[in-house]
Amino acid sequence: MRIRALTLAASVLLATIGLTSCVGAAGSKEAADVRLQGSGASFPFPIYSKWFKAFSGAHQNVEIDYQSTGSGSGVKSFIDKTVDFGASDKAMTPAEIKRAGGGVQLLPLTAGNIVLIYNVPGVKKLRLSRAAYPGIFLGTVKKWNDPAIAKANPGVKLPDSPINVVVRADSSGTTFVFTQHLSTISKAFAANPGKNDAPAWSVGTRSKGNEGVTSSVQTTPDSIGYVEYGYALIQKMPMAQLENKAGKFVAASTASGQAAIASAKLPANLIAWVPDPAVKDAYPIATFTWLLCYKRNPEPRKAEVLRNLASYILTDGQKESEALGYLPLPPTVAAKVRAAVHNIQ
Amino acid sequence: MVTEAPIAIPPSRMQTATNVAARALNRGFTWMTMLFSIFIGLRIVIAALPAIRQYGLGFLAGQVWNPAKNVYSVLPEIWGTLYSSVLALIVATAFGVAAAIFLAEGFMGDGVFALLKLGNLQYHPRWGKLPAQAETVLRNIIELLAAIPSVVYGLWGLFVIIPLVRPGCHWLHEHLGWIPLFSTDLSGPGMLPAVIVLSIMILPTITAIGRGSLAAVPSLLRMAAYGLGATRWETILAVTLPAASRGIFGGVVLAFGRALGETMALAMLVGNTNVISISLFSPGDTLAALLANTFPEASPKDVGVLMYAATVLLVITMLVNVAGAYLVQFTAAEDEGQQA
Repeated sequence: MRIRALTLAASVLLATIGLTSCVGAAGSKEAADVRLQGSGASFPFPIYSKWFKAFSGAHQNVEIDYQSTGSGSGVKSFIDKTVDFGASDKAMTPAEIKRAGGGVQLLPLTAGNIVLIYNVPGVKKLRLSRAAYPGIFLGTVKKWNDPAIAKANPGVKLPDSPINVVVRADSSGTTFVFTQHLSTISKAFAANPGKNDAPAWSVGTRSKGNEGVTSSVQTTPDSIGYVEYGYALIQKMPMAQLENKAGKFVAASTASGQAAIASAKLPANLIAWVPDPAVKDAYPIATFTWLLCYKRNPEPRKAEVLRNLASYILTDGQKESEALGYLPLPPTVAAKVRAAVHNIQ
Repeated sequence: MVTEAPIAIPPSRMQTATNVAARALNRGFTWMTMLFSIFIGLRIVIAALPAIRQYGLGFLAGQVWNPAKNVYSVLPEIWGTLYSSVLALIVATAFGVAAAIFLAEGFMGDGVFALLKLGNLQYHPRWGKLPAQAETVLRNIIELLAAIPSVVYGLWGLFVIIPLVRPGCHWLHEHLGWIPLFSTDLSGPGMLPAVIVLSIMILPTITAIGRGSLAAVPSLLRMAAYGLGATRWETILAVTLPAASRGIFGGVVLAFGRALGETMALAMLVGNTNVISISLFSPGDTLAALLANTFPEASPKDVGVLMYAATVLLVITMLVNVAGAYLVQFTAAEDEGQQA
């Protein structure tokens, strides 16, 4: 009786294995799909998700997976070659490019503003002067009704409460660009903590990712934090108007951001910064964000998909940027980047 | 004629072989488990050695963490880990042991029975099983708390607990701010929300193990107490609970170990700020949260320092477990002495 049961079980098992291997063999005859794995900056995550989904939808055998882990983590994964492409708002330093070996092609695919979102009950419009907002992040401006803030906001009732600053807990390209701007306009900030992707902030609580900072500011009254413009737009968070180099208080928008990056001149390696644009209507904090690709890819099929993806993003894809709060690239910049796409082999 | 098969025969070759194989497998897996834990510990310590040589014991005493200037120290993190775990343990023990007593003494079943008695259903073939089923459901619900992922706890704490406790914390800070525990204001993430969520996370451990220990107390002991005229609560507090105290204490030590290592929920709720403060509302940082936030993008030179922090966490956890084991043994020896 027991031997009969054992024989029955064994034959069922063998039959299952046989069937699945047949099906597996038949399945492998179809064209295997190309899977691209990327990780990096949380800054462009919303627009990258949209582009990658649109591209995968248009090309049936392509799947692109992108994880928003932070620029620092993206660069590290790219150097370790654990991903097919990376993404970073702080591009790559010459030391990092050397560590990556095998030739690196950085492609600026889009650009964005970094905005200061705040949550002060009753304050609908907030203007922060060039003296005020570095002071907030240095800890010298401690309360909302500090004269440095009140001077630029006549008629606005600011509460007598401490400013709850929210900064990033993880290494971040957004932080790098933000501290680069603050270091450019404030010598005190440049001395300490200075330009860094994970600086030793002297104030504030820390949250993980652009997403974490957004939710922290949303749930904490009397708070202020820095995030990418798209996150603030989608969550409908109030944003502060910042005073730019020309002395004008500018709100973040596609037009003001484009005015900022229009002044950038891209060198051959396509890395350029605009830490403090002097144009009258420019929003003071704007940056490109780069896709990190290998010049020599182990699989030519993946390289081809990457080239098609980049070309799509640089032509039709730019139309989708504005809705999500990103800046369409100026035509000259887009043309230069399209030429560089051919370097991905 | 009845054949006389001997009653006791020596084991067959097959039986001996399977016996030996089973014991060997058992011993092998036990050794593998121990060697595996030693291997993990060794790898971390070896990776940390360069950092230990470079920063020495100053790593444990300083308060500044500044990678840009190559200054690393984790005293605020050590303080945060211990403070949040001890506070969470106090809260979780109070609630956990109470829940264990409620489950083990059958109060739920008694309540359902009383309800059924109102409708005269208590001996019904189907409804009469309800008390036992209610007990099982309650036990499963409490153990389900352990199944909720850490990230979900973190999100719940961020969006539910923090707005919930903020008005109370403001009131306490404004009116009782002279007490050191309330000396700062709750600015969002902080020690108190972290402690609240952490205590809920470790509660199922204490309850499950406590319930098991209370149920394992021989009913003879209980009956003897009732026979001497003790009331129900006198029995629970003076007889059952002391008899089960060793098991409950074991559960508490286990829960402490879990609280020390808890990562994601604390990374979202504790504020990640390098501050040592006794105030319940101030933000802080823990070793596990520090590792979770900085490890993903650690450059090769940072990895050694982070491994050093991981070693510190391992040592703290090990010391807690060893101390717990010693205390359990110590109280057991006392018990045995009394019984003899």
